[in-house]
Amino acid sequence: MGFPILSLVTFLPLLGALMVLMLPRENTRAIKQISVGTAVVTLGLGTIIWSAYDRAAGGLQFIELARWIPAIDVNYYMGADGLSVPLIFLTTLLTPLALLYSAFTINTRVKEFFLLFLVLETGMLGVFSALDLVLFYVFWELGLVPMYFLIGLWGGERREYAAIKFFIYTLAGSVFMLLGILYLYFTTGSFGIPEVAAAFETARPFAQNMGIVSLVFWGIFVAFAIKLPLFPFHTWLPDAHTEAPTAGSVILAGVLLKLGGYGFVRILLPVFPSAFKYYSPLIAALAVISIVYGALVCMAQWDLKRLIAYSSVSHMGFVMLGVAAGAAGLGVAGQETSVSLALNGAILQMFNHGVITGALFLLVGVIYERAHTRDLRAFGGLGTAMPYFFGFMLVAGFASLGLPGLAGFWAELFVFRGTLAIAPVFAIVGVLGLVFAAGYMLWKVMQNLFFGELDDRWRNLPDLYSWEIVALTPLLAFMVFFGVYPTPLVNLINTATTALAGLL
Amino acid sequence: MLNLVWLVPALPLAAFAAISVVLWRDRRAATWAAWLAIGASWLIAWAIFAGTWGQPQLATEPVRVGILTLPTGAEFLRLGFMVDPLTGIMLFMVPFLCLLIFVYSRGYMDGDPRYSRYFAYVSLFATGMLGLVVSDNLLFLYVFWEIMGLCSYLLISFWFEKESAYRAGLKAFLTTRVGDALLLLGLLLLYSRTGTLTFSEIFQADVLSRLADTVVSLPLLGTVPVAVLASLLIFGGAVGKSAQFPLHVWLPDAMEGPTPVSALIHAATMVSAGVYLVARMFPLYAAAGPGNGAMTTVAAIGAFTALFSATIAVAQNDVKRVLAFSTISQLGYMMAGLGIGAFVAGVFHLVTHAFFKALLFLGSGSVIVGSHHEQDMMKLGGLRTRMPVTFWSFLAGTLALAGVFPFAGFWSKDEILAEASHGGHMLVYVVLTLAALLTAFYMGRQVCLTFLGQPRSHEAEHAHEVTPFMYVPVAILAFMATFLGLMGVPADFPILGKLLGENPFHHYIGEMLTLTGAHPEAHGVNWPVMLISLVLALLGLFLGWLVYGRRPLEAGQPDPLRRVLGSLYPVLENRYYVDEFYQATVLRAVHWLSATFTAIDSRWVIDPFVNAVGRSFGRLASRSSSFDGRFVDGAVHATARLADAAGRALRPVQTGKVQDYLLVVATTVLLLLGVFIIL
Repeated sequence: MGFPILSLVTFLPLLGALMVLMLPRENTRAIKQISVGTAVVTLGLGTIIWSAYDRAAGGLQFIELARWIPAIDVNYYMGADGLSVPLIFLTTLLTPLALLYSAFTINTRVKEFFLLFLVLETGMLGVFSALDLVLFYVFWELGLVPMYFLIGLWGGERREYAAIKFFIYTLAGSVFMLLGILYLYFTTGSFGIPEVAAAFETARPFAQNMGIVSLVFWGIFVAFAIKLPLFPFHTWLPDAHTEAPTAGSVILAGVLLKLGGYGFVRILLPVFPSAFKYYSPLIAALAVISIVYGALVCMAQWDLKRLIAYSSVSHMGFVMLGVAAGAAGLGVAGQETSVSLALNGAILQMFNHGVITGALFLLVGVIYERAHTRDLRAFGGLGTAMPYFFGFMLVAGFASLGLPGLAGFWAELFVFRGTLAIAPVFAIVGVLGLVFAAGYMLWKVMQNLFFGELDDRWRNLPDLYSWEIVALTPLLAFMVFFGVYPTPLVNLINTATTALAGLL
Repeated sequence: MLNLVWLVPALPLAAFAAISVVLWRDRRAATWAAWLAIGASWLIAWAIFAGTWGQPQLATEPVRVGILTLPTGAEFLRLGFMVDPLTGIMLFMVPFLCLLIFVYSRGYMDGDPRYSRYFAYVSLFATGMLGLVVSDNLLFLYVFWEIMGLCSYLLISFWFEKESAYRAGLKAFLTTRVGDALLLLGLLLLYSRTGTLTFSEIFQADVLSRLADTVVSLPLLGTVPVAVLASLLIFGGAVGKSAQFPLHVWLPDAMEGPTPVSALIHAATMVSAGVYLVARMFPLYAAAGPGNGAMTTVAAIGAFTALFSATIAVAQNDVKRVLAFSTISQLGYMMAGLGIGAFVAGVFHLVTHAFFKALLFLGSGSVIVGSHHEQDMMKLGGLRTRMPVTFWSFLAGTLALAGVFPFAGFWSKDEILAEASHGGHMLVYVVLTLAALLTAFYMGRQVCLTFLGQPRSHEAEHAHEVTPFMYVPVAILAFMATFLGLMGVPADFPILGKLLGENPFHHYIGEMLTLTGAHPEAHGVNWPVMLISLVLALLGLFLGWLVYGRRPLEAGQPDPLRRVLGSLYPVLENRYYVDEFYQATVLRAVHWLSATFTAIDSRWVIDPFVNAVGRSFGRLASRSSSFDGRFVDGAVHATARLADAAGRALRPVQTGKVQDYLLVVATTVLLLLGVFIIL
């Protein structure tokens, strides 16, 4: 075991939270400084992990293994590969930006807010690093609680409804997952994810145990599908997003949704390749429905934040489509490249969606803080009043609708390329999502916010403040950089997906 | 030298970045950055173009420069830039036009509050178009294609305070996006079937024949060779970008943008990208043999669009709208040319048209600026004396478009017609010839209404010539529109053919046909076709003059054509109600779906279900809480009460007197002894 960098990156935010805990609640300045500082150091570690990961070797690296509860074989087992490293980096990137933004906008219960946020970061990083199912579950739940309070305490008018809806939805998912995990343990005698993946198919071949394996598969599937969220498990998302404070939405859309997508590729696909392949037409259909349905529902929204929330349903549908297509192509001769491409696209989409939607929610926060409304009908003509805001929104919006040259494009391209070769019908229907995405982004968002005559009410709105520019610029830089030059990211992801492509 | 091709799109990109990040505060700096970048890029492009002359092997073995390598599982996707004759001729045309239009914009956009932003956008646009023509693969082509779409959106809705402007921008982006989705599918289909996106790898003879021989079966269409299906999907993108029927509706509205933009994007460059795409993929179109479904579709849509929009142009009164429909019509010409297999003629018309249509648009821009932003032809008139340079230049463009000897359009348009007649595509030939007649007519109408007669409004009365920034580029284009066609004069044309040397254009571009396995052969002059089209061009112009020039309109007088055409006129004026049709069908359907799904989501199905689950859990909770209260707690309380009662009952026993206790002990011992004895 080398230097325990994954433990360090995971628990550093918790350490920061403890420090915040010990500060007097009046000293908000110190609380904010320590929180942002901790998150920035964590980002440093995330960057180190990104660059230290040996792409040529591939596989799981930075492994840490220690006995935790020997009686039931639960281990403290951490490790990262091409699936988790981008998401670890994404988490460490978005958290300091969200905290920085919050440092300027959160003024009530400051101590609790920053404390919870740092605990949340530990939970998310833990999920992406854990290789033991129990550990995974613990971190998974650790992320749930702070988010509940972030929505419930700092949210909008219907925050309690939203918070409880969020909690019940995700808790319902967690219960099924826990039962599934226990079944996996009793079947294979291990909680280690790689060990379970290696042993489960042989212990319970899908063809001979369709009933029970399907039950366990769908139990775990639903937990991840709720988090993703996949149609029809998605309605917690618009409420949670709409009511959450800006930083909460950023993390919710930017990272928490990825926990679901990550679960699919980390646990479900490797453990149940045959079952996943068997059910892939149904899952791909749900994915395509998410894409098209989500985009169409976006078009009917007038609340800007709700619109962006629904766009996440549509965009995360691409993740599911990529994974489902990848699963469908497993073990089919000649489809290896297509499988890799579909999975590359799915993971790339998770990273890019995190960056893009994170930026979009920050931008929604920008206008809501100023105008105290998110009703698109109230706006118009801001293009002249707030040119910087216009420019930033333009880049983020076009990245979101998948304009080539910006980050969102490559993921959609890979997903469609993989899907078209493996299951063409789904790709053909899914392409409609691209057209509708342009529809809601340009027709609803751009046109209503920026075009037309400027209303007198908004004539004196200040343009972006410097801290807002500081929070947004890194995200926009990544959109452009990975849009023009996606190779570093794809190289990293590709190391992991080639292994997944050989599952059957 | 040819390896420097990446600089051609990179320089305007650098200008875009510099202007949008730093230089936007300073208008002069922004102008110069844009000018220098496009100027340098033009010089490099022409040097590259010169370097490709006399290099026929470039057609089959283009110079390639790698840019990006992406891992795809165990394989790699390699993307880059290239130079071949088709790229060469586009590099001849695009940067030069961009440069002229950039210079012209300096005059046209003078004083606009978003002046710097304009130059940033057009620089990015130039990046898109130049990148597109130097891409060595379909994916890069698609990337730059979409970047142009973005710029087109931004520039059409440039004056975004105006509702008509931002609506037009949106319409342009969404309409072309429909085509782009098809193009993307076509691209992915090719990629998944060949494992590559690089043109020269797809155009290998064995790959092409494999694509032509593999069939896929589709609902409705039956079995179709992959080559044909991919070609049709790719053509979908071209239909959107080149505004062919039925996706033509965005282009006329796009005239809301600044006029140089109309010239740059909606005449000379971007709209021709669709034609370029079909030309670029020509070996694929031809792969399934002559007269296959893809080729026939291209020819049919092209020819239909050419005539269809020429009829609409006849009944438009906005200076720019006439030209917009004319552009759609001419793009249809090119498509039809490619569709009947006349590759060289199609590309030739693409090049000449770009010059004379840019000329006409810039000329119309001068008219608009000169006559104080009046663009209704019914209110213009008499500008010939007031704006002489503009008039004579515009006339050159008109003659070129109408196809009068020896202007550029004459040679290229005639070549398409000759090929149609030669190849036995008589229907295409007839339709295109009719369109040619209409073209000459509406151009005659436009010149008469705009420049001849007496001014019909105050604005036209006080019109003035524009600044040199504007009329010099126009004059240069007029020169090109007059003489450019000479590079494609058939070899056996009397005097000129010998003088200009064996049709250099044909030799240059014709090499590309070796990719299809065909031999580039130049047909001789087809005298009947040539004479018929020349006569028709002159006849059209004459008719235009007869209606509008002989007795110029008075102010307020209705269009004489209205009387002639009767009830047909409003149909043409309203563009066959295609827009209204889409409004009533496609858009309404999308709105309905969107509203229905939203209701399903939050009012009808999903959320009610979730809330019901929530409520029933709530009820379950209160049930269990009352169960708790009554039974569980009841049991607990009962136990407690029992213990209490027992305690109370036993309390009298505790008397505190030793003798009582001793008595109890003795009695117990006796009892126990008794029990033992009995047992």
